Amino acid sequence: MINYIYIYIYNTLVTTYRLISMQLITYEMLMLQPPPAKYGGRHTVTLIPGDGIGPELLNHVKEVFRFSCVPVDFEVVHVNSALESEDDINNAITAIRRNGVALKGNIETNHTMAPSVKSRNNLLRTSLDLYANVMHCQSLPGVQTRHKNIDIMIIRENTEGEYSSLEHESVSGVVECLKIITRNNSLRIADYAFRLAREKGRSRVTAVHKANIMKLGDGLFLQCCREVASGYPDITFDSMIVDNTTMQLVSKPQQFDVMVMPNLYGNVVSNVCAGLVGGPGLVPGANYGRDYAVFETATRNTGKSIAGRNIANPTAMLLAGCMMLDHLRLYDYASMIRNAILTTMNETRLHTADIGGQGTTSEVVQSIMRNIQSKGPLTTDL
Amino acid sequence: SRGRRVRSLSRTLVRRWSRGKPDGAGETRWSRGNQMEQGKPDARGKPDTVTLIPGDGIGPEISSAVMKIFEAAKAPIRWEERNVTAIKGPGGRWMIPPDAKESMDRNKIGLKGPLKTPIAAGHPSMNLLLRKTFDLYANVRPCISIEGYKTPYTNVDLVTIRENTEGEYSGIEHVIVEGVVQSIKLITEDASRRIAEYAFEYARNNQRSSVTAVHKANIMRMSDGLFLRKCREVAEGYKDIKFTEMYLDTVCLNMVQDPTQFDVLVMPNLYGDILSDLCAGLIGGLGVTPSGNIGANGVAIFESVHGTAPDIAGLDMANPTALLLSAVMMLRHMGLHDYGNKIQTACFDTIRDKKVLTKDLGGNSKCSEFTADICRRIQDLD
Repeated sequence: MINYIYIYIYNTLVTTYRLISMQLITYEMLMLQPPPAKYGGRHTVTLIPGDGIGPELLNHVKEVFRFSCVPVDFEVVHVNSALESEDDINNAITAIRRNGVALKGNIETNHTMAPSVKSRNNLLRTSLDLYANVMHCQSLPGVQTRHKNIDIMIIRENTEGEYSSLEHESVSGVVECLKIITRNNSLRIADYAFRLAREKGRSRVTAVHKANIMKLGDGLFLQCCREVASGYPDITFDSMIVDNTTMQLVSKPQQFDVMVMPNLYGNVVSNVCAGLVGGPGLVPGANYGRDYAVFETATRNTGKSIAGRNIANPTAMLLAGCMMLDHLRLYDYASMIRNAILTTMNETRLHTADIGGQGTTSEVVQSIMRNIQSKGPLTTDL
Repeated sequence: SRGRRVRSLSRTLVRRWSRGKPDGAGETRWSRGNQMEQGKPDARGKPDTVTLIPGDGIGPEISSAVMKIFEAAKAPIRWEERNVTAIKGPGGRWMIPPDAKESMDRNKIGLKGPLKTPIAAGHPSMNLLLRKTFDLYANVRPCISIEGYKTPYTNVDLVTIRENTEGEYSGIEHVIVEGVVQSIKLITEDASRRIAEYAFEYARNNQRSSVTAVHKANIMRMSDGLFLRKCREVAEGYKDIKFTEMYLDTVCLNMVQDPTQFDVLVMPNLYGDILSDLCAGLIGGLGVTPSGNIGANGVAIFESVHGTAPDIAGLDMANPTALLLSAVMMLRHMGLHDYGNKIQTACFDTIRDKKVLTKDLGGNSKCSEFTADICRRIQDLD
């Protein structure tokens, strides 16, 4: 008899703890504030140039910010991807912990190196617990694409799933790779997705999964999404299997609104959507954690083949910079630069090679700065 | 003990692969043509027998349509109809009926319509059962744009070859503690080598110029690294075919922007699932995509991958294109290229003409009218 009472009390405690922890997760996220401005109203942001086209594009971002008198100072931290030691990336992580916000190019991962040398980008994301990768794919009016009127928000779990980097060779010639799905992280990302959908006035959230095959793993993810969905009755929730999703995306992408998914499917779907709206040079991406935020291009390409030739498209990196300014609550500067970018995008003569034009990067950036000069507020007004 | 259980599972898989090796080191029998050269009983001139599995729903109608078309083309094929509804064998394990298995083992070539998996029947999916019974390790899906069926993508001509037995779909999942699930992705040397060899052989036999391995070795260094190493080793033996490697996200990005740059793609299970459905979406969906499964010991089953469509079953509204194109794939596999080309040309001409199209292709004709038109064109071609 006493045993049953103990079991009952234990169960109640466990359920209460779960409910409280769920509320705590939400409370923490609501309290996410950008770091306070230091040194006379100017923010300090970590800048990681990365490899390939990263350094040149980030230089253009610095140029445009300086031209627009944006009160942001950049602390540049270089990460050498050819070295095996992790000191560089650890320095970068410390800098981001200090400043709270970062803007980065993609750091190359040489996959012929030993498995102990992990991907630097992945290390950054997991150490800082940047659990949500958010990408907003919108058809831009000036860009010719096969599909029109696309407006999809993709929220991708950024820390676990297939990217756990846990692999071992149990028998010679047989390699096992572990895909981890946890209840906490799935609840966290689902809650983030629904809160974002509500904030942006979206009506539908679609969970992308493969639970018919991976019944326990993706089944857990789907179950967590359903639990969170029950707390948001104003938002419709449905689910779709990942192969059907890709098929629907290439035939009728207008049917999707907000999509939430684990790590690997997020990689596939975000690249498909980026391709649909015009390519990797147009879409910015953001990685949000509880305490930190890192902004980069959505498809995370190094662009080695076009580095140093002045043909890369600066739009994605500049829009990522604008997302960062929004995060720092410098909304006026963000909209000023964003409007200048969109106006430049409408001029076909200034399109770079990836969207079918012949313009150079510097021409595009000059045009954006001219636009800011003519349309932006006078410095005396700021 | 979990570690030991996982290790013993892997050893079982390794033993199973080594049992299924073809006889003679490096010798492979990919087509009936090769079999005939080795002095097997099927002599030229005698009709080849093929096991036909009509399937459920619209299966019987489209199978009879295909049989009619083959008759009109006077193809030397004799059909043996079999049913593969699962039965419980001795020992309690689900298996396909012994007469179906015996017929497939004897004929080696099969054509299958859509099969339904009843939800509460207790047995695993029929496709999974067939795959396990005949060790169907390669799924081949040629995606060619159909001239009369307009999609936003034109001139698509690529083939996806997907490893079908291991990878992420090994089905090994565990709940480690409550709320944490691990799925194991298995990559073995033997399976990777087998699929790479098949891909290069296919490229050579079908006059394809390049093979691209799709992977994510920057994140999954050991597993996809092993897959890549095996592909590279096999590529050494096929110097006439260009071999490239590309990340999965880059392939997805480029596929939706310019699918004409791809030729043959070879990849592990999950990426193959997603990419093959993506490519099917590019050319118009599963209703017009052929598919073939290649197994050990020269077995090959060609199938249509769409569903059973129970809502239009028996109403003479079904579109037999997918099954017909799979049958054409089968003819090519058997070395009967002339008949295959004739039937394919007739089918594409009918679709291009747009006079007698079934409902899903945009017309309102019956399945029998569509079939009759194709038969008429074949007879005109003679």
